[in-house]
Amino acid sequence: MSVHRRPAGDWEGVRLHIVTGKGGTGKTTLAAAWALALASDGRRVLLAECEGRQGIAKLFDAPPLPYAERKLAVAPGEGMVYGLAIDPEQALLEYLEMYYHLGRAGRVLQRVGAVDFAATIAPGLRDVLLTGKVYEATRRRFGEHRPARTAARISVDGKTPADGYVYDAVVLDAPPTGRIARFLNVNAAVADLARVGPINRQAESIMTLIRSPMTAVHLVTVLEEMPVQETVDGIAELQRHRIPVGAVVVNRVRPEVLPSDLLRTAARGRIDTACLQRGLTKLALPAGEEIAARLAEEMTDAARIGVRQRRLRTVLGETGRPMYQLPESDVDDIARLYVLAAELRAQGVA
Amino acid sequence: MTGPVAPHPRLDVEALLLDPRVHIIVCCGSGGVGKTTVAAAVGLRAAESGRRVVVLTIDPARRLAQSLGVRELDNTPRPVAGIRGRGELHAMMLDMKRTFDEIVEAHSSPVRAAQILANPFYQSLSSSFAGTQEYMAMEKLGQLKASGRFDLIVVDTPPARSALDFLDAPARLARFLDGRFIRTLLVPTRTTGHGYFRVLHAGLNFVTSTMTKLLGAALLSDVQTFVAAMDAMFGGLRERAEATARLLRTPGTAFLVVSSPEPDALREASYFVERLISDELPLAGVVMNRLHTSRVPAISAAQALAAAEASADAADPDVAMAGAALRVHAQRLQIAGVERARLAGFRLAHPRVPLVGVPVFADDIHNLAGLRAFGAELAAGTL
Ligand SMILES: Nc1ncnc2c1ncn2[C@@H]1O[C@H](COP(=O)(O)OP(=O)(O)OP(=O)(O)O)[C@@H](O)[C@H]1O
Ligand SMILES: Nc1ncnc2c1ncn2[C@@H]1O[C@H](COP(=O)(O)OP(=O)(O)OP(=O)(O)O)[C@@H](O)[C@H]1O
Ligand SMILES: [Mg+2]
Ligand SMILES: [Mg+2]
Repeated sequence: MSVHRRPAGDWEGVRLHIVTGKGGTGKTTLAAAWALALASDGRRVLLAECEGRQGIAKLFDAPPLPYAERKLAVAPGEGMVYGLAIDPEQALLEYLEMYYHLGRAGRVLQRVGAVDFAATIAPGLRDVLLTGKVYEATRRRFGEHRPARTAARISVDGKTPADGYVYDAVVLDAPPTGRIARFLNVNAAVADLARVGPINRQAESIMTLIRSPMTAVHLVTVLEEMPVQETVDGIAELQRHRIPVGAVVVNRVRPEVLPSDLLRTAARGRIDTACLQRGLTKLALPAGEEIAARLAEEMTDAARIGVRQRRLRTVLGETGRPMYQLPESDVDDIARLYVLAAELRAQGVA
Repeated sequence: MTGPVAPHPRLDVEALLLDPRVHIIVCCGSGGVGKTTVAAAVGLRAAESGRRVVVLTIDPARRLAQSLGVRELDNTPRPVAGIRGRGELHAMMLDMKRTFDEIVEAHSSPVRAAQILANPFYQSLSSSFAGTQEYMAMEKLGQLKASGRFDLIVVDTPPARSALDFLDAPARLARFLDGRFIRTLLVPTRTTGHGYFRVLHAGLNFVTSTMTKLLGAALLSDVQTFVAAMDAMFGGLRERAEATARLLRTPGTAFLVVSSPEPDALREASYFVERLISDELPLAGVVMNRLHTSRVPAISAAQALAAAEASADAADPDVAMAGAALRVHAQRLQIAGVERARLAGFRLAHPRVPLVGVPVFADDIHNLAGLRAFGAELAAGTL
């Protein structure tokens, strides 16, 4: 009996999931929950980060991730999420070793500060290395040459999946919306700067993967003005660069407490405070005029926020992307990730 | 309750912005906490109290930029219309590429400048060099200060990815310009003959040929041209970075750390506070933005929840109305309670750092009226 299944659900066929969003809206949280959701039922998913912040390790309460793939968390049904913190300098050295056997040159470059230089003066080159590693992991197959120092040792007991891929999916906790198009499009830009040579060739293959239906960029947002605006702008920009846009995930959703009919009137500040006072009295609560007036103000605040959130939801809906909702969660540890992953699965992600 | 606690010092923003000795207010903090809003509100309030103020904003929300009249990125302070009183408010939005171009133009011959501006590496550097935005904000600050046109400059900062970004950018730039690799690239154009250099040269050729193999010859020569062309200016940049760093240490400067009561923002705010204190930078205090507060202390969360539950599906419209109000109240109190607990921790960690709270507004703050209301809350200082 095979435990090993390919991802089914809304994103069948997508092997590279790239998570972006405005800073602080929940990219790392969503990437982790998304990886857990995809890894359910015996699948293997690599969760990678690339900004040197060790966000994944912190989230999973694990020691800092080295530049090597490590088992990170079990997913429901014997699945496994592996973690990787991609480091551009290490990625360059690995790349030189793997493809050019340039161990010595790599070390010299590092010693004179060339790598640092490249990372600073031309973030593009750094991004090529980061996306290059993601590309390598996404396409890695069993039985093929693999980067010995970093690849996780994965045994499949002879049950090699039909397509031969080591990871069923790779989820990348990517740079924020403001930089995502440039980050992903960097290979097109670098192919222009470095017109020949191996970097040029690699840049072109990466671009091909990123623009293919195997890739989807998901955008996470909260229902506030600026994040939503950034999401809409980000989608347009990605589409301009012909990079496939996946889902919009609305994070930190709180239940609407006001019924629809009250929402509109309360938002305009038209609350019948006499009625409210009578109600408070019937519930045996303090029911002074002042109390009713202040409660009415709180309702107006909540209603205005509610009305705005409905408007923002409509704006997001108009992008035409599939939408998922994640609730605000009070749990402050790993348990939250499993709750959110279950939520994503229930909504059809995997 | 754990017994009496010494009252936490309150940050008096009103006194700060009226203090004629304060010439620079820097608003820093992590992403999205309200740095731009605080900077604009402080600027507006100071202007409407009669001061000549310029606000240096970075990436303001579109509608706020519109109402400040800084839609265009032209790197010049523009007067903001609709200011009450005798003061002045100017606003400008930082365009880092333009600032960088201006430096190049000011420090090289027209021919040289044109060469540099056209170089592909210059173009990549000036728009995406890590820390350029922070560096340019400091650069512009130095220029505005030197102009003497304003008696208060309020500086917004880019969302920091770490507390260190903004303070370290000038130093990092200087370090980068002194970097071994840059020197390496420059050496071939400067040395001839000496035996020592010939050995070095062989090593360099190896590096260069590896780089060429990887990147292609055209790219490398672009880099070399660029580095050589910029070299003359490097010293100047470094000096100014240092001058601005000194400016930030003078008593005329005040730092406001902006935060929201979210775990990540509070953690960052702690780093900022620690860093400012250990670097002996003039920290004025912390603005705790977006606080949820109760307008009805007479009804507790427990009371509200119990009554809301009792009134669920009530047929009586009075009770239904009260139930809705109580559910709203309970949710608000629940959030306020979580925030208060987090804040208590922050206060204990920084008992001497003055703090002021600003409540969360129901509406987005995107015009002068909104900023005025925000400024009033800031000055009144709940908390
Ligand atoms: N559904 C949720 N419920 C409650 N808190 C959440 C939720 N999602 C995210 N958070 C909290 O929001 C904060 C930011 O989340 P996260 O780190 O995932 O965002 P990010 O987009 O990766 O941030 P950054 O831009 O700094 O990388 C964290 O404190 C996290 O605990
Ligand atoms: N007290 C508040 N109540 C409600 N909304 C607020 C409050 N403070 C700020 N905002 C809103 O929050 C959003 C973010 O604020 P702002 O742009 O000032 O943050 P920032 O720290 O400058 O963000 P960034 O790091 O992205 O530059 C804006 O839409 C602003 O109107
Ligand atoms: Mg993150
Ligand atoms: Mg801002």
